Amino acid sequence: MAVRFADLLQGTPVFVNVGVREFGDSLREAGCEVIDVDWSPPAGGDPDMAALLDDLL
Amino acid sequence: MKKIVVRKNRYFDSVFLMRVARRIASEPGITDASALLATPANRQVLAGMGYGDGGRDPEFAAAGSADLVLALEGEAAAVETAAANADAYLARGSGPAAEADGAAGRAVPRPRSIAEAVAARPDCSVAVISVPGEHAAREARNALDQGLNVFLFSSNVSVEDERALKTEAARRGLIVMGPDCGTGYLGGAGIGFANAVRRGPIGIVGSTGTGMQEFASIVHRAGSGISSGIGTGSRDLSDAIGGLSTMTAIDALEADPATAVIAVLSKPPGAQATSALQQRLARCPKPVVLCLLGASVEQAAGERAATTVDEAAVHALRAIGIDEPPSLRVDNGALRRRAAAEIARMLPAQRHVRGLFAGGTLCYQAQAIFRQAGLRVYSNAPLRGMPTLDDPDQSVADTFVDLGAEFFVAGRPHPMIDAAQRRKRLEREGRDPTVAVVLLDFILGAIASPDPAGDMLEAIHAVRDAACERGGELCIVASVCGTDGDTQGLDRQKRTLEGAGVLVFTTSAQAASFCREAALQLAHRDGAR
Repeated sequence: MAVRFADLLQGTPVFVNVGVREFGDSLREAGCEVIDVDWSPPAGGDPDMAALLDDLL
Repeated sequence: MKKIVVRKNRYFDSVFLMRVARRIASEPGITDASALLATPANRQVLAGMGYGDGGRDPEFAAAGSADLVLALEGEAAAVETAAANADAYLARGSGPAAEADGAAGRAVPRPRSIAEAVAARPDCSVAVISVPGEHAAREARNALDQGLNVFLFSSNVSVEDERALKTEAARRGLIVMGPDCGTGYLGGAGIGFANAVRRGPIGIVGSTGTGMQEFASIVHRAGSGISSGIGTGSRDLSDAIGGLSTMTAIDALEADPATAVIAVLSKPPGAQATSALQQRLARCPKPVVLCLLGASVEQAAGERAATTVDEAAVHALRAIGIDEPPSLRVDNGALRRRAAAEIARMLPAQRHVRGLFAGGTLCYQAQAIFRQAGLRVYSNAPLRGMPTLDDPDQSVADTFVDLGAEFFVAGRPHPMIDAAQRRKRLEREGRDPTVAVVLLDFILGAIASPDPAGDMLEAIHAVRDAACERGGELCIVASVCGTDGDTQGLDRQKRTLEGAGVLVFTTSAQAASFCREAALQLAHRDGAR
């Protein structure tokens, strides 16, 4: 469910961390809920191929 | 029978969709299932297979690339059941990878995409994205499609992608903080490179990461705190982007009852963006501090206009009834006397100031402080009117280097995380007998090195010893950005530097002001000879 940014400031954000693991860790240490995405470069790291696969799928 | 199910504005990554399709196809009575984004090419293929009434079905025909289509074939009852459960399949997928949590022995889901994360936790509200730049726009777009606000740390995102992402975010009532956004504060937590600061009534909108860190740290040390700190990305107030995220952030802070005063921190905006920003701020019912680092007099005009982070913090604190902290008062006479004492111990050949910055904003601010005195400084990230350093690796006369610039960090860690590059540069500057003063910034907080001062200590001793052996003295000046809550320990970092003979100032602006006094005296001494 989308949380409008204006509402977000008055609530408790729940984070999705995509990439640098420490960003999620430091948010957790600050008491936040964080969902880590086990991210890896799509399409073997080829953005054009990733875009192509996105189109195909 | 064949049936399509269209879900508007639903993005799932390809692996997830393949899992969904595989799972549906494994259900009894289903002979074929596809889960696709409704791109023109995909729609054409599905229409050719006889789905969507050969493409004439209005919902199917109207579906676009951001829409999801489930194409189902099989026994009528099974197809109808699968179609009715479409959202459940999409919510669960085939289940994200899970691993046992060693401590609790329970399964911990490990989503492989933002979509899976949102499917698993529909109350997610912010995606923190720090993937390589070439994949960043895709991930940010993905996050927006999932209804997430985006904190986009990644750089190397095109202006076109940035504008498109921010326009989409605005349409949905969301925000893209970034790209190239290093710092934020939401819900009392720091995001990215952030110092430990208490919550309080001051809201920040900033296109400058280290500027926000410096501001928040000053506010904390003065006894107040930050309601929210909203990074917007270094280009947001360019005319190409038009302040899309800045405007969203101002709207949000204006509506936020926890925010009493709003501070906007930026490098000088584009002309059109300046006009739009000033018009927006003029109708803000809350006190607004506008800090445009290196701005022209016209841009910086206004009751609470500031040209340094320190000034901005003082304005913001005053707006909530806190007097200027004594530690922020600059006594230029005292700075002059201190600079004179340092210069008296130097050799005549020593005449240049070299700034080696980890924080890009602080490099910019220091140039602005020198410019106020009519001093020229070479830089790889020059303020308007300052000469560009032809070779970022080679200082010329007075030079301020932003060691976090792309030239230095391509394939290497940022100097706030790893001091190796700056250590080498300091050693090189120390071998230059014309160098009189070296200016350094130390930035504490999350993600940063666990001991920024300690990382540089050996090099500091080495260059000071070398200067002594030449018969002179090298003056090393530093500021430490941080708070008592930072794991590196603000006092410990300061003591480490002071123990090595470094002149430590409370803020980067004060350190730069001292260097300005030194540079003026060095220039005067040269002129007098």
